[in-house]
Amino acid sequence: MLQTIDITPVTVHPHPTVIAPSHAATAALSHATRARFPRELEDEAVYILREAAAQFERPAILFSGGKDSIVVTHLAVKAFQPSKSPFPLLHVDTGHNFSETLSYRDWLVKSLDLQLIVRKVQDSIDAGRVREETGKYASRNVLQTVTLLDAIEELKFDACIGGARRDEEKARAKERIFSVRNDFGQWDASRQRPELFDMLNGRISPGENVRVFPISNWTELDVWTYIQEEQLPLPSIYFTHERDVFDRDGLVWADSAFIHKTPDERPYRAHVRFRTVGDMTCTAAVKSDAGTLDDVIGEIRAAEISERGARIDDKRSEAAMEKRKRDGYF
Amino acid sequence: MDIIRIATAGSVDDGKSTLIGRLLYETNSVPKDRLEAIDAASKRRGVGFLDLSLLTDGLIAEREQGITIDVAHVYFNTPSRKYIIADTPGHFEYTRNMVTGASRASVSIILIDARNGVVEQTARHYFISALLCVPEVIVCVNKMDLVGYAQARFDDVVADFKRIADRIRPEGQTIRYLPVASLHGDNVTRRSGQLSWYHGPALLELLEQAEAHHPRQFSARLGVQTVIRPRAGHNDSALHDYRGYAGRISSGSFAVGDEIVALPSAEHSHIVAIDKFGQQHERAEAGESITLRLADNIDISRGGLISHTADVPAPCKEVRAHVCWLDHQVLTPGKTHVLQHGVNRVRAKTIAIHGVINVVTQDITHSPPQLKLNEIGTATFKLSAPIFADTYSVNPANGAFILIDEWTNNTVGVGFIEPMPPPIPPADEAFGSGV
Repeated sequence: MLQTIDITPVTVHPHPTVIAPSHAATAALSHATRARFPRELEDEAVYILREAAAQFERPAILFSGGKDSIVVTHLAVKAFQPSKSPFPLLHVDTGHNFSETLSYRDWLVKSLDLQLIVRKVQDSIDAGRVREETGKYASRNVLQTVTLLDAIEELKFDACIGGARRDEEKARAKERIFSVRNDFGQWDASRQRPELFDMLNGRISPGENVRVFPISNWTELDVWTYIQEEQLPLPSIYFTHERDVFDRDGLVWADSAFIHKTPDERPYRAHVRFRTVGDMTCTAAVKSDAGTLDDVIGEIRAAEISERGARIDDKRSEAAMEKRKRDGYF
Repeated sequence: MDIIRIATAGSVDDGKSTLIGRLLYETNSVPKDRLEAIDAASKRRGVGFLDLSLLTDGLIAEREQGITIDVAHVYFNTPSRKYIIADTPGHFEYTRNMVTGASRASVSIILIDARNGVVEQTARHYFISALLCVPEVIVCVNKMDLVGYAQARFDDVVADFKRIADRIRPEGQTIRYLPVASLHGDNVTRRSGQLSWYHGPALLELLEQAEAHHPRQFSARLGVQTVIRPRAGHNDSALHDYRGYAGRISSGSFAVGDEIVALPSAEHSHIVAIDKFGQQHERAEAGESITLRLADNIDISRGGLISHTADVPAPCKEVRAHVCWLDHQVLTPGKTHVLQHGVNRVRAKTIAIHGVINVVTQDITHSPPQLKLNEIGTATFKLSAPIFADTYSVNPANGAFILIDEWTNNTVGVGFIEPMPPPIPPADEAFGSGV
């Protein structure tokens, strides 16, 4: 059933699956090891969010529970203080989420007093809008585009704000801050508007909508450094924990009922963390003992695999992301 | 930590992509799996070495051609700075991309192939760097390995470039010259033994020293994006009365106590608080997103401008500007557009197109019937309401505007405001109207 969840402000204690940075640990950091965040990036993101609120009728934040959308959510709260953030959070739930992500999401909206709207891929499947994938690599990652576009149409959002960054992937390197999509949510390289200075042109015709990317110029390291400096709590799966995993294609996958394993793929227990969070069928884990933000940042600096390298969905073809953007994926 | 924005432009095959690739590679900004992917792709294309230019090639259509189009953003860090490169193609058809890419740059890197020397492309790239008043231009004479690392050749190329630049260089712009060989890494991040006759810094050293904040003091300008008024629903009476003017300081700085003027209403007040993300500050600088609280409830809304009383921009109901046309649909006199200056939008009617500039020779063709895609010209517009702008060369942050097509909503032009020419005095009446 389609439903909007209303959250009334309550005092909420941090959920056990939420990890808040330890103040003692942060304070103990010496200057040499502490990464510094370029504050201009925050000013730029807030400027963009204020433009999104002003130029569009019904903007919303696309929330995935991943660190980038968490940062965007916090920036939106900052941008309009002391008024409330005007953007509802839209979560397209594939149904294959880590339970920790869902708990975190619910905790976050309560603690920040935000409106949450959930739309489920399962409902799209049940309504015959999309078909479940089959086979070893089955995932709902591609299906969520349909659920997203249906939600945008149903809720009449004319601007969707997301945490995508230009450094993530080739097709995003050329993405605009205000990315115009057509009636079908499609992205067409030739139709993208030039963006000069910091002037943003969000003028659209009825039926069109825009994707807004306030942290376009942030790198993965910038995001982590910001989280550290701002002491933002994150879902626990970003930090080391023990879990059943199995090996496939040189990556470590979380074992779950949502993934079709072949008989030779045997699960084993390991200490892992997730560097990027899609859902359980499209995110690979990294073997790690990093239990704090400082540890995670240290590992990223020494990182061998780029962030999206752990995203299985990107591996399907070299131009996978661009094809999905053309299809309307965020 | 400072951010340095760099614009790179260069002809196809000048080695620009390899130069950028090398900057990323030598600052350890390339993750292992991306290097592996490039290695595999290089082999697939039959290239005998690690083709670092593949790092910046992007969209599908280009991958087949092996040429970069559009503006690609590339990021790298050193321990002291964050760099954002806006990479654009060098081909003359992509002037619009060059202008776009260079619009926020504080450094412009212009590449020249040492074998070919200064070509049309070079003049075009420099013209744009001059038009945009990019504070620092670094001219890299590349492929020095192919000219035997010869100093004489470098000196000749530099002399040719100076001949072009000296004619149009804006005040305050610095130009530096260095010999490089990006393929082999000579003088990119490290000096090179092959270029021992060159005693200046390597490219990365220059970038590390580039000014992050313009040394000049600009007039204080803040464009209001929104008025923050929590109003109803709050028990806290302080919040009930809260009224803040939120925006990003375009230029200059503001401090608590400053006497200000709000435009267009021209009301006076002074700043009682500068709020930023829940904290109060004594002052704020250009680039900061803040919320100003004033002593008086003045009439100002989105699109308005706040400046110091002593330094108010004059209202312009007509603007004359250098215009770069960005769209296939041409600009003709009489056409109207939406003109956006900062976040403020008005309607603009094209009164006249005075001339089109040949960016290579700087020759002007007077009174052309139109301005076409990728052309740069001068035009005058009449506005439906005044804007409060500065001349671009005087205050770039408050001196540019974009033109938006009212039907397609595309951004079709960008303007760099010029001073209006002095009015022509009326003819002496003693001479009468006829002869």
